[in-house]
Amino acid sequence: MISSFFFYLFAAVTCLAGLMVVTARNPVHSVLFLILAFFNAAGLFILLQAEFLAMLLVVVYVGAVAVLFLFVVMMLDINFVELREGFQKYRTLGIVIGIILLAELFTTFFQLTSDSGALPEATGVHNTAQLGRVLYTEYVYLFQLAGLILLVAMIGAIALTLRSRPGVKRQNISTQNSRRREDTVRLAKVNSGEGAEAKEGSN
Amino acid sequence: MELFTSEITLAHYLSVAAILFVLGVFGIFINRKNVITILMSIELILLSVSINLVAFSAYSADLSGQIFSLFILTVAAAEAAIGLAILVVYFRNRGSIAVEDINVMKG
Repeated sequence: MISSFFFYLFAAVTCLAGLMVVTARNPVHSVLFLILAFFNAAGLFILLQAEFLAMLLVVVYVGAVAVLFLFVVMMLDINFVELREGFQKYRTLGIVIGIILLAELFTTFFQLTSDSGALPEATGVHNTAQLGRVLYTEYVYLFQLAGLILLVAMIGAIALTLRSRPGVKRQNISTQNSRRREDTVRLAKVNSGEGAEAKEGSN
Repeated sequence: MELFTSEITLAHYLSVAAILFVLGVFGIFINRKNVITILMSIELILLSVSINLVAFSAYSADLSGQIFSLFILTVAAAEAAIGLAILVVYFRNRGSIAVEDINVMKG
């Protein structure tokens, strides 16, 4: 079955990319592996007939979030070797905790879903249309709230990173616009052979 | 191959999500000093939760899971933006992003 093959392909690449995200030496490589993981998760979503979310994952995560990460990683001048101290120290603890957590999750799943059937047949209605029907009616307040969260995040990020340094020459639009011609430009009659003479108070 | 002819069940998707979740937790554990990698691990964890919700939604033919996955996506984007903004400000003030120094606060 071709869909099984693609499931195993996407799942394996997602997991390997996830592993590389947390273990890569260079954070730039980490971000690139994160992008790979997102792309393959989008593939998994397509297999689950959630095409709209798959496209959203590619657009939002790969197009915005991962690029934001990439910008910050490349913009900050960080000594990454120093940051990797303690990698060995915590590795054993991390692996032990990870194995315990994984074992717990797996035992739960295979007890819960031993009789789960196959994927239901597609209904013929577009996934996007289906989502739109529910999102704008039943979940409209949550939808507005999500917009508000994004607005707050945008304003917060701008307010946090905006800084006004003293001593920097900046363009002041209102001062420029409120200048009048009479205050700044003077028509002078210059006789030939004498040259122009600067007057006090005019510049 | 028998692996490829067997049907993909809900447990398969949940297993992928569980592996991603554990990888995220593992990443937070081993990269104790690097905030950028910690933020990326959080993104992995949120992605695994999204996969869980979408898988449940698809197998129970109920769209609510996908709607909530959409909201998780929103919150994850907002969280990444704010987190990275804080990181940039912190780096500007300290010249380093070592998380262990953040507990030194001036009241």
